[in-house]
Amino acid sequence: MELQLRGITKRFPGVLANDSVDLTARSGEILGLLGENGAGKTTLMNILYGLYTADEGQILLDGEERHFSGPGDAIAAGIGMVHQHFMLVPVFTVTENVVLGVEPTTLAGIMNMKEAGREVREISTRYGLEVDPDAVIENIPVGIQQRVEIIKVLFREAEFLVFDEPTAVLTPQEVEEFFGIIRGLRDAGKAIIFITHKLKEVLEISDRVAVLRRGKVVGETAPADTTQEALAEMMVGRPVDLVVDKGVAAAKDVVLKVEDLYVADDREHMTVNGVSFDVRAGEIVGVAGVQGNGQTELVEMLTGMRLPASGTMELSGEDVTHEHPRGIHSRGVAHIPEDRQRSGLVMNFTITENMVLDTYYSAPYSRGIIMDWDAAEAATTSLVEQFDVRTPSISIPASNLSGGNQQKVIVAREFSREVKLVVASQPTRGLDVGSIEYIHGRIVQARDDGAGILIVSTELDEVMALSDRLLVMFDGKIVAELDPKEVTNADVGLYMAGATP
Amino acid sequence: MTAIPETQKHVYSPAELRRARYLGITYIVLALFVLWFFAVGSVGEGDSTLKLVKPTDRFKNFPNLVLPAAIFSFVVAAVFASLGAVQLTRGFKRLGNVVLAIVLLLFVFSFLTWAAAGKSFSFVGMMQETVKRSIPIALGAMSGVLSERVAVINIAIEGQLLGGAFVAAVVGSAINPWVGVVAATLTGVVLGWVLAVMAIRYRVDQIIVGVVINLFVLGLTSFMTQRILNDNPQFNGSEVFKSIEIPLLADIPFFGAVLFKQNIFVYATFVLVAVLTYGLFNTKWGLRSRAVGEHPKAADTLGINVYGYRYLNTLLGGAIAGFGGAYFIQGSVGQFDENMTNGRGFIGLAAMIFGRWHPVGALSAALVFGFAESLSGKLSILQTPIPSEFLGMAPYIVTIIVVAGLVGKARPPAADGQPYIKE
Repeated sequence: MELQLRGITKRFPGVLANDSVDLTARSGEILGLLGENGAGKTTLMNILYGLYTADEGQILLDGEERHFSGPGDAIAAGIGMVHQHFMLVPVFTVTENVVLGVEPTTLAGIMNMKEAGREVREISTRYGLEVDPDAVIENIPVGIQQRVEIIKVLFREAEFLVFDEPTAVLTPQEVEEFFGIIRGLRDAGKAIIFITHKLKEVLEISDRVAVLRRGKVVGETAPADTTQEALAEMMVGRPVDLVVDKGVAAAKDVVLKVEDLYVADDREHMTVNGVSFDVRAGEIVGVAGVQGNGQTELVEMLTGMRLPASGTMELSGEDVTHEHPRGIHSRGVAHIPEDRQRSGLVMNFTITENMVLDTYYSAPYSRGIIMDWDAAEAATTSLVEQFDVRTPSISIPASNLSGGNQQKVIVAREFSREVKLVVASQPTRGLDVGSIEYIHGRIVQARDDGAGILIVSTELDEVMALSDRLLVMFDGKIVAELDPKEVTNADVGLYMAGATP
Repeated sequence: MTAIPETQKHVYSPAELRRARYLGITYIVLALFVLWFFAVGSVGEGDSTLKLVKPTDRFKNFPNLVLPAAIFSFVVAAVFASLGAVQLTRGFKRLGNVVLAIVLLLFVFSFLTWAAAGKSFSFVGMMQETVKRSIPIALGAMSGVLSERVAVINIAIEGQLLGGAFVAAVVGSAINPWVGVVAATLTGVVLGWVLAVMAIRYRVDQIIVGVVINLFVLGLTSFMTQRILNDNPQFNGSEVFKSIEIPLLADIPFFGAVLFKQNIFVYATFVLVAVLTYGLFNTKWGLRSRAVGEHPKAADTLGINVYGYRYLNTLLGGAIAGFGGAYFIQGSVGQFDENMTNGRGFIGLAAMIFGRWHPVGALSAALVFGFAESLSGKLSILQTPIPSEFLGMAPYIVTIIVVAGLVGKARPPAADGQPYIKE
């Protein structure tokens, strides 16, 4: 079977999300769709899945034109989608999630759950997708949840399977397993569309790669005929440096020391369970781990946003366990938060206002209770230039900037003070390759200038490349301390999954 | 490379610890209370006789429950003290809620023996009254369960009950009581439709819409009562449905009188609870409804009509609340009074939360509230030293304690109260 997108164009107010895109997916083939965030991959797939309507262009199934006015139509045509954020109901069982929307029923809409469970089990054995049909979603790991998503699609007898950034939430071992599953599906005659911005993965798994940039297909190639560098250049539109360039660390005094830390989350579940470590000046310590293993609460505690249940935290020997965020950052701690739009910036504030968010209360930005906006604007103008923030003006709201430039505003603000410790959480999440390159460079520079750096990231490649020392967090505990030069991704992945190599 | 050994220390979350501590302290305080007031207070007062059958019952010679008031309360106090000690030292883990239920039950009995010490009083009558009074609360709670399961918060239950009651009275008097019930149900549907359109289509804050509907119905019905009904009593006097005895079952001592000699509203409520429970958890409609309330986006990507289910269930909920409104007329006094629902809709909401958004749980909670109401009614007859105004507060005090989390934190549907915006 063959699915063809022809001349798909989609405009949003002010943005051309898809610009006359042509794409073909065939049975028994894995098509990699590569592109940066904002290149229009997800928009394109939402059009295919009936969530959006294209302004121009056609969708052809085996040469016959189709119109999808909703996901129901796309599902009926044999198109299945595994969304980046899983579309599973957390309190339902595996079977309930799988059958939702196409429930096998007897009389009067009464569900036949026994029959449903049997079908789930059959699909799971046929494609090697091991799951317990009666397990409740919120109790099973993310990797298994993804299998449920795949079973869901197969249960609807999909021939075309679209995976949107499927590896973002997986450990390296789970990624390997996942690739095995995808190859199995391809060999069973399914057509796979694999959307990603990760070069390595697209080279490993695809039979064919299409690259999307600014809504346009800028190239199509086979993995054998290309390299990571060539693909990166196609994706970004200019040559990119993919390796973090850094010298040997010169670790000095301890700047951050935490001991036996216990922190609870909003639901008062203990998510950090007895963590102890230290960070020295002039070194980068990475914390690797799958999302949801206590990193968020750990970082919030370190930056004063959350009080610990027990344990202590010291900055250069001074106990700051119960300090407020201002107390922490006035002691020289820079914080690049996990969610830049929620806790990094005030989206409706201008760039200038955002730039002085942490220093507005002292000279030169205020005299008594009066703000000195001239001083703030002067400082912002110089920081914007120094940190390469691309913006038409410093008086537009932060929400008008792209993700990469928003992140640069945060980095500029945090690094413009005297910094002893940098706590960076997911510093490059969702950024394009160019911005990643820039922010990594800045972090390494801060280290060389003598700051201690703590990087918390779920992107294993990122922490492996940046860290001088690597901690692995699992289930709220530090389960390993490793030298990134001496371990492989696969070993770290095992620790991340709670196993010991 | 160095692997850091896993620490074995398990730390209870602050919430778990806090709750366990509160419960333990509560048991001890209750023990002291029972000892001081009920046990000491009934020394020398003799036995309390709780009647389990009515003189009209078939087995009217069934024995009564006779308890030595003082001794019983001393024993209860001792049991509470030891339960409290165990709770504070070890905790009951999974049995926690069972223990809590037993404690509350014993407390109530201890109270009753004290109040009835040296006298006899009709326990069966009180339980019969409990079931009756719990009906509008239970129906309100079912209405809440239906709409909140699809993530529409229905604060307007009170207004739907009141509106239903008014229409039931007028239509029931003017045409016939059965038509009155149907008209009340439709009134609930119309009010549910207003809520649904505002909440789903226009995404107005659901709490505000609900409050506005309540105030509107209260104002309108009060106005019409004063201006029209008071001068035209022929429009405010509907026939009341008689109790129906279920053959054989009604002859069972105690339970027969409590459960099987009731009017049609009571039976309808029990059937409704059964149907809703089965429907929510075993049918296509139920699965989809719950999905819409928990994760509307997931439902939407599977081709389920999120808005459709929200409308459907909010209207069904309105129908149930409107039907509940008719209870006040055809199931109770036959005549409409200003604000006669008097907060039952809100107590129904509390029952829904207490019952954890489950029909059976909500019915059980409604029975607890109904019990508190009937207790305050019956106790004034027994002439206890407690002022009757204070007893009238009992249902609301129970509501506050219960909703404040004595039963542990209940988890509402994940999307509860959030409008869904289709991309």
